[in-house]
Amino acid sequence: MSKMHVKLKVNGREVEGLAEPRTLLIHFLRENLKITGPHIGCETSHCGACTVDLNGKSVKSCTVFVAQAQEAEITTVEGLANDDGTLGVIQEMFREHHGLQCGFCTPGMITRAHRLLQENPSPTEEEVRFGMAGNLCRCTGYQNIVKSIMAASDQLNAQKEAAE
Amino acid sequence: MKDEVQTPEDRAAGLKGMGCSRKRVEDVRFTQGKGNYVDDIKLDGMLFGDFVRSPYAHARVKSINSEEAMKVPGVVAVITAADLEPLGLHWMPTLAGDKQMVLADGKVLFQGQEVAFVVAEDRYAAADAVELVEVEYEELPVIVDPFEALKSDVVLREDTVDENGKATDGAHGPRNHPNHIFTWEAGEEAETNAVIDSAEVVAEETMYYHRTHPCPLETCGSVASMDKVTGKLTLWGTFQAPHAIRTVVSLISGIAEHNIRVISPDIGGGFGNKVGAYSGYVCSVVASIVTGRPVKWIEDRMENLMTTAFARDYWMKGKISATKEGKITGLHCHVTADHGGFDACADPTKFPAGFMNICTGSYDIPTAYLAVDGVYTNKAPGGVSYRCSFRVTEAVYFIERMIEVLAIKLNMDAAELRRINFIKKEQFPYQSALGWEYDSGDYHTAWDKAMKAVDYDGLRAEQAQRVEDFKAGKTRSLMGIGLSFFTEIVGAGPVKNCDILGLGMFDSCEIRIHPTGSAIARLGTISQGQGHATTFSQIIASEIGIPADDITLEEGDTDTAPYGLGTYGSRSTPVAGAATAMAARKIRAKAQMIAAYLLEVHDDDVEFDVDRFVVKGAPERFKTMKEIAFAAYNQAIPGIEPGLEAVSYYDPPNMTYPFGAYVCVMDIDVDTGVPDIRRFYALDDCGTRINPMIIEGQVHGGLTEALAVALGQEIAYDEMGNVKTGTLMDFFLPTAWEVPNYETDYTVTPSPHHPIGAKGVGESPHVGGVPCFSNAVQDAFRAFGLTHTNMPHDHWRIWKTANDLGLHD
Amino acid sequence: MIPSGFEYHRPADVAGALSILQEHGDDARVIAGGHSLIPMMKLRMADVDHLIDLQDIDALKGISIGTDEVTIGAMVTQHELIENDALAQAVPIIREAALVIADPQVRYVGTIGGNVANGDPGNDMPGLMQCLDARFELVGPDGTREVPAREFYEAAYFTAREDEEILTKVIIPVPAAGTGQAYEKQKRKIGDYATAASGVMIQTEGGVCTAASIAMTNLADTPIWCEAASDALVGSDLGDVACKAAVAAAIDAIEPVADNRGPVEFKKHVAGVILRRAIDRAIARASN
Repeated sequence: MSKMHVKLKVNGREVEGLAEPRTLLIHFLRENLKITGPHIGCETSHCGACTVDLNGKSVKSCTVFVAQAQEAEITTVEGLANDDGTLGVIQEMFREHHGLQCGFCTPGMITRAHRLLQENPSPTEEEVRFGMAGNLCRCTGYQNIVKSIMAASDQLNAQKEAAE
Repeated sequence: MKDEVQTPEDRAAGLKGMGCSRKRVEDVRFTQGKGNYVDDIKLDGMLFGDFVRSPYAHARVKSINSEEAMKVPGVVAVITAADLEPLGLHWMPTLAGDKQMVLADGKVLFQGQEVAFVVAEDRYAAADAVELVEVEYEELPVIVDPFEALKSDVVLREDTVDENGKATDGAHGPRNHPNHIFTWEAGEEAETNAVIDSAEVVAEETMYYHRTHPCPLETCGSVASMDKVTGKLTLWGTFQAPHAIRTVVSLISGIAEHNIRVISPDIGGGFGNKVGAYSGYVCSVVASIVTGRPVKWIEDRMENLMTTAFARDYWMKGKISATKEGKITGLHCHVTADHGGFDACADPTKFPAGFMNICTGSYDIPTAYLAVDGVYTNKAPGGVSYRCSFRVTEAVYFIERMIEVLAIKLNMDAAELRRINFIKKEQFPYQSALGWEYDSGDYHTAWDKAMKAVDYDGLRAEQAQRVEDFKAGKTRSLMGIGLSFFTEIVGAGPVKNCDILGLGMFDSCEIRIHPTGSAIARLGTISQGQGHATTFSQIIASEIGIPADDITLEEGDTDTAPYGLGTYGSRSTPVAGAATAMAARKIRAKAQMIAAYLLEVHDDDVEFDVDRFVVKGAPERFKTMKEIAFAAYNQAIPGIEPGLEAVSYYDPPNMTYPFGAYVCVMDIDVDTGVPDIRRFYALDDCGTRINPMIIEGQVHGGLTEALAVALGQEIAYDEMGNVKTGTLMDFFLPTAWEVPNYETDYTVTPSPHHPIGAKGVGESPHVGGVPCFSNAVQDAFRAFGLTHTNMPHDHWRIWKTANDLGLHD
Repeated sequence: MIPSGFEYHRPADVAGALSILQEHGDDARVIAGGHSLIPMMKLRMADVDHLIDLQDIDALKGISIGTDEVTIGAMVTQHELIENDALAQAVPIIREAALVIADPQVRYVGTIGGNVANGDPGNDMPGLMQCLDARFELVGPDGTREVPAREFYEAAYFTAREDEEILTKVIIPVPAAGTGQAYEKQKRKIGDYATAASGVMIQTEGGVCTAASIAMTNLADTPIWCEAASDALVGSDLGDVACKAAVAAAIDAIEPVADNRGPVEFKKHVAGVILRRAIDRAIARASN
């Protein structure tokens, strides 16, 4: 099959490359762009390890062809650190509250949490659990992930208030 | 000096040593997506390998035709058993003393078995070619039931019979049938039978601990790179035991061990799945040798669930005897163990059924007997320890169910029955009837604390009221109170009785102090999420007074790390943690001599004080570890070699025996079979606590894996040997929505033989959690006559229990 | 899990999509969110030579809420259905059902059109649309036609849609004011298909049921809209006798198959329980 010229905006940067249309977005990110934060866990859209933010939506990039994502704006976990290289608030709260162990689900978790908090800046614990239910973790039992996201919500809201 | 005004407590706090909830150093990378897992490795010219797998569970392979596959652009090679045979690599040893086909050698024994290995420029071309490899199979009768296997005329493994068709001896003694792998016994059979036959009360039960899978979020994989110029093979992979893999690769490939470098990069969870050696590892190595290019193999999730390392699949038959008052007198257990097509469990050589003989649990049972029969079937090989020490989950499930069954027989409260049979504090070290020496414990204190924390009597009163309401038609929900008290046996293990393939199960740590007082430590273990880089540095910090933040910790590279047997069976803290403390103490001993020299006093006149040596009785005269480190390298000290480093290989004198008391409160919707976990209380005693934050995280995770196993997670087969649960739709991994918040608690009973008293915790919550969740389900139906029902307690099986008890009429 | 290769098409309008479909016939498939089709392609259980991505076709987007009817473009996602407050006002059962579909990520891309057109018995929207008596607009080479949801499903993955047609719109009659609506689903975990699910609408007047609609999901190879169950309620006081009769009629109509969720006997029992809960909730929500 012939390759297509893929153009994307990833973490604020215009990127391009050649790929077969059938190339899964996760493979394009990981193999062509060497953005290896998003991981492959199940390949059937159940685990969420490959979650990226695609045009403002949390999407499982193992179940998107790169052709479908043509011209899209994508944010991965690599794009969620601060400009000076320090951890972003959600990342910092995952560290602070032990919201990760082996780290394999973490990029998907944090990227999903980012979108969740954009849409619902002050979620209840129940809303966090429901909103994170597309991401599986085998290590933490979720309790500290939920705690991390609740803490991130508090901090982001406090930052917003301070800025106003 | 500034730090003179600091109190010793301040100085100790600054070290972030043992007991401190130090934030994890690993997380800065992981939270930014900067982990380095095996599939992240990309080498110049790297090829990708993919397997052709058998759709049948038992078949003869008549022919393999790769002509069409080779025509796919980008395909470099298709490797079959015929190609491996001249190299002697078509079979490989398993960690259980059996051997296993690397690629189908004439026949296949389970669905998904590796038949051919396609090597291509990328994974897309490889996948296209896999579709085009034509394999002709002749189907053979399939056996998925171990009891049938022991009766059948169908010989699954042709290497288990002699030319007359008679069963030959296996790795663990004689076989009584060609499909029989071993019989393993512990305890006194005749005496146990005599005790049980004459007992006042005997309870019997047969239970099936279903087949499941560790299913770490990252699947297994490897990258092999054979450098033909230097003759050196580098192998990256998902290895929980990198050194053991190096030795095994050397033994089977003939490549000298010094020419093999095995690297475990970051590992995305292991839980026992990544202990064994898999065909993919071998094929990536062979393919790299053949092509002269690096070759990557990464399995997909279906392959992971269908072919690599299952866990459990134990049929357990028990008898327990007691006095009328409930004092247990004897325990008899027989297990039929389904190992699948090859015996590829990862138990120490002398323990083909792992530490199943810990099945007397936390109770003072004077007489006991255990026999385990291993059996071949047409299912995937394995039998690994899924988040537990070897078969301990099965053992603890068995005894914690037998206790409940006995309590029903005695019409007694199950908490009280446990209490009157616990091994007493003063009985430690305790010699169990099946051969273990429990190091330390205080079970009554832990149990009483747990019962008080949950208001056990209040819960029972509420449950009784619920039963009344149910009978009166006021509710359709029942309440279950799950109890479990477990004793783990971890930290394998003493070399005198623990080895794998002849490799002694010690572990190791090497520490080098740099001249400026910072350090690097390397271990034979490998973290898969346990946070070793964080916690082992804490041990060193407390032992030698260098801040944990100034210590780099490395694992997983066999070229740099000292030899060790790796991370599984909760052995890292008990064994490598001990090695770390011992290496640190060697350094401290040398530092003491240096300090004494610098302070111009005798060695015995200085003493260690948090981060320095002080002159006894003159605390204003001291040398900090930083000063000592500099002097160690840069000052000529008579009689002392320059430098400050040490290595320790630690052979533990005994296992460690963590324990805990768990309570689960569950509501069950009788009409739909849906359980709702209302409360879960977990008290763990893992001895000395190194990092409470990490301990708590381990407990949360282990309990969640226990919840999954108890409530639905299984590898199920149909009668044709087809795997019915090959994706994460059907293989139950709960989401945040299905998981409760856990309450954690602890007591501290240090291990008397471990240098820092630590026992390990990673697997306790799984071991104790499974029976606790299961007991909660079963307890809900006790008032209606249920004695026992098998896991997994998914909706329909819970519903069936209710239905069988007539609760839907 | 790697799909075979295909030609990718992204037409700008329905006519463009139709012409590609016509040109390639069986070899072409349209793709919306793709979360049913792509896994099948990755497992190589669906062989697609030409993939027609509908994402650029504006005519397939948007929700329009009229007095009598709601029209939903085929490319509207579950997430958009959930977020639309006016829709939740007009037909609240849609949000309730959409929230129990798959998981958040899948709902961002999964569309109503894909969900109803695919013919997967596990999908929730087909049963819901039968409950609501919706119609599907199909556009093909011979023009546009509408097919009632209750007549659309023939067997698993077989529907009234011709190969060269595209499902473009879902048209839903707005339920009368005060209609009690409920969607109830039992599943093993988030992300799973239903063990049993049921959509129920009930209208009452003076304590008497004047209209009812009952549909069931994943309990046969198509969704089951059960007229007999509805009839058992209409004209009744919605008491226990009538509700039991409705449940009995529905259980009679379903034909579940055994799978990992459980055997037939269990599914039939749970279907009855779930339906009864949906009926009870719909009654509680009905006013007048």
